[in-house]
Amino acid sequence: MLEAGKDNTFVTVTTVAKIRKEFNEGPGNCRSASVLDRRVFGHDRMTIVEKLLGWSSGTEKVSPGMIVESRRLDLVLVNDVTGPLAIDQFRKIGVERVFDPSKIALVMDHYAPNKDVMSAAQCTMLREFAREMGIKSFWEIGRCGIEHVLLPESGLVKPGMIIVGADSHTCTYGALGAFATGIGSTEAAVAMATGKCWFRVPESQLHRIDGRLGRYVTSKDVILTVIGKIGVEGASYMSMEFSGSTVRAMSVDSRATMCNMAIEAGAKCGVVEPDETTIRYVAERTAKPIRVENLCSDEDCTYAARFEFDARTIEPVVALPPLPSNCVPAADASHVEIDQAFLGSCTNGKLEDLCIAAELLKGEKVNPRVRMIVIPATWRIYREAMQRGYLSIFLDAGACVSCPTCGPCLGGHMGVLADGEVCVSSTNRNFVGRMGSTKSEVYLASPATVAASAITGHITDPRTIR
Amino acid sequence: MIGRAHIFADNVNTDIIIPAAYLNTYDPLILGKHAMEGIDPGFSSRVKSGDIIVAGCNFGCGSSREHAPIAIKSCGISAVVASSFARIFYRNAINIGLPALVSPDSGSAEDGDELEILMEKGAIRNLTRQETYRFAPMPGFLLAILNDGGLLEHTRKRLGR
Repeated sequence: MLEAGKDNTFVTVTTVAKIRKEFNEGPGNCRSASVLDRRVFGHDRMTIVEKLLGWSSGTEKVSPGMIVESRRLDLVLVNDVTGPLAIDQFRKIGVERVFDPSKIALVMDHYAPNKDVMSAAQCTMLREFAREMGIKSFWEIGRCGIEHVLLPESGLVKPGMIIVGADSHTCTYGALGAFATGIGSTEAAVAMATGKCWFRVPESQLHRIDGRLGRYVTSKDVILTVIGKIGVEGASYMSMEFSGSTVRAMSVDSRATMCNMAIEAGAKCGVVEPDETTIRYVAERTAKPIRVENLCSDEDCTYAARFEFDARTIEPVVALPPLPSNCVPAADASHVEIDQAFLGSCTNGKLEDLCIAAELLKGEKVNPRVRMIVIPATWRIYREAMQRGYLSIFLDAGACVSCPTCGPCLGGHMGVLADGEVCVSSTNRNFVGRMGSTKSEVYLASPATVAASAITGHITDPRTIR
Repeated sequence: MIGRAHIFADNVNTDIIIPAAYLNTYDPLILGKHAMEGIDPGFSSRVKSGDIIVAGCNFGCGSSREHAPIAIKSCGISAVVASSFARIFYRNAINIGLPALVSPDSGSAEDGDELEILMEKGAIRNLTRQETYRFAPMPGFLLAILNDGGLLEHTRKRLGR
C-alpha cells in the first residue's frame, strides 16, 4: 500500500517546531513573537460562524438574520475569470490603491495556462494589477495552482479569518476554521477598495458524522451523501458545520473537500472547528499563525437543523446528472459506460486524492475505450506526486497528466466533452453542459471511484477492484 | 416596469445562464447574446427590452460568475422574479442593478404574460391573467444599492467620489 498523504508538509521540521512553540506560548511569552494576531472569542450561545461574524463586525452578540458589516477582511480572492471584471470595476470606484496589498490574492487558474487570446488578455490584467498594487499573493504559471488548494497550502488561510472570494468554492476555507464565502466581481472590487463586506448572519446546520469510514470510502462520499439527503437547496443561505469523530479523524484536505461542496447544497459557508490537526497544518505552512481562543460552537448555541450520519453506513457513491444531490451507491450505476474519467479540481486534486487513485491504478490499465485525465491541483502537489511515483503509475496505466488548472471541471479547456459523452469526475458540479456539450453527462464521484471506473470502463465501486 | 414573462423551472444554474465557454470575456454585449444559451438557445434574440424572467426555486445556483446576471440584464431583461434565489446570484444581481424579486406565488404566470412590477408596493400584476403576486420586501440598504444603480455607483457615492 502506498503512503497516504497525511504528512503532506513542505517546510522543515525545525521550522515547524519553532512555529508551534510560538503558537502555543503566544505573543506574551515569546520574545521573537511571530504570532502578532490574537483573536479571542466569547461564550454567548453562539455557533462558530456567529462568533466569527460578530468578531469581525465588532458586534458582541449576533444572531441569524442580522446584517453585519465585516470591517476587516483578512483575504480577498479573485481569479482569471472573475478578476478582470473586478479590476475594471475597482478602477471605476475612483480609489488609487487597494486597502491592503498583503490581503489580496490573484490566482490564474480557470483558463490558465492561457487557453486562447482572450483568456491571455484576462491573465495579463491580473499580472499588471499585481505589479501596480504591489500584491505579493500572485503566482506565475509554473508556481501557480487551483486557488482553493493553493491558498491553504501557501499558508494564507488560517483559523479565525474572514475571507471573501470571487469564486463560489471559496467556502472551502471553512475547513480551517475560517468564515469564507463566495461573492461576485463587483463586490470583490469594493472589498479590494474598502476591506469591507456586508453579510447576513446565516442560520447554522449541524452535520455530525461519527464512526470509521470503510475501505475506499472518502470524504467525497460523505459530502455527496449529505447533499443527497438535504438537497441542492437544503442549506440555502446557511452555514453547514461539520463535526463528529469521522470529521475529527480527517486530514485538513479531506475536510476541505466537504466544505468545498457546501455551496452545492446552497450554503453560504461550510465550517469545521479548528483542532490540533488544523493548527498543525497551518503551523507547517506559515510563520505568522493567528492565535485563536474559544473558536468553537458553544454547547448551548442554536442550530436550525441537526443531522446525524453513521460513517459505517456510507458507501462509495456517485451523483447522477444533472444535480449534485442525485446521490446513489456507485454499485447501482455500474451499467453506466464512461468515455472520460477525470481526477482533479479544487474538490479532489490533492495529494491524498492522487494517492488513493494511484493505489488502485498501480499495475492496472485504463480501459481502452476510456481517456483518463489527471490534474494535480498545484505544482507542489505535482512535484510531490512525481517524487512518490504516483505520476509514473498514472502514465503507465495510460492516463494523461496535465498541469494545474480548473480547465475541465467547468468545461473550459483540457478535457471538454462532446455530444453524448459521459464523464465520471472527481469535481463538484454535474449540471447540464458543465463539462462541455449540453448533451454530455457528468457523474460526480470520489477519486477512488473515478480510478476504479477508469479501469473497468463503467462506473465502478472501488471496493470491487481491490 | 412592464414586460412579458419568460418562464423557467427550478434550479436554473449559472452554467446554463452563461456557459463557461464565454467566460474569457466580460463584455456585456457578448455575454448578452448568449444569455440562457445552455437551456434555451435563441433566448436572447426573443427578448424584448423590459421583459421579465419568472422562475422556480434556487435560481442562479452554482458559480459566482457575475457574468450570469450581466448576460441577463444585457439582453434586455428588466427583472428576475423567482420563488427563491441562490445567494451569490442574488447579491450579484442587486450589485449590478438588476432587480431580483423573491415571489413564491408567481408560479401561475405563463410564458408571454404581461407583467407589471410595482416596486414600492411589493407587488407584481399579471395584466394578462388579472392576478397579483406579492414579493418579499427588500431590506432598505439593498434597495439603496439598487436605486443607486448598483454597488459600484453606491460605493462611489458613499466614498464621495
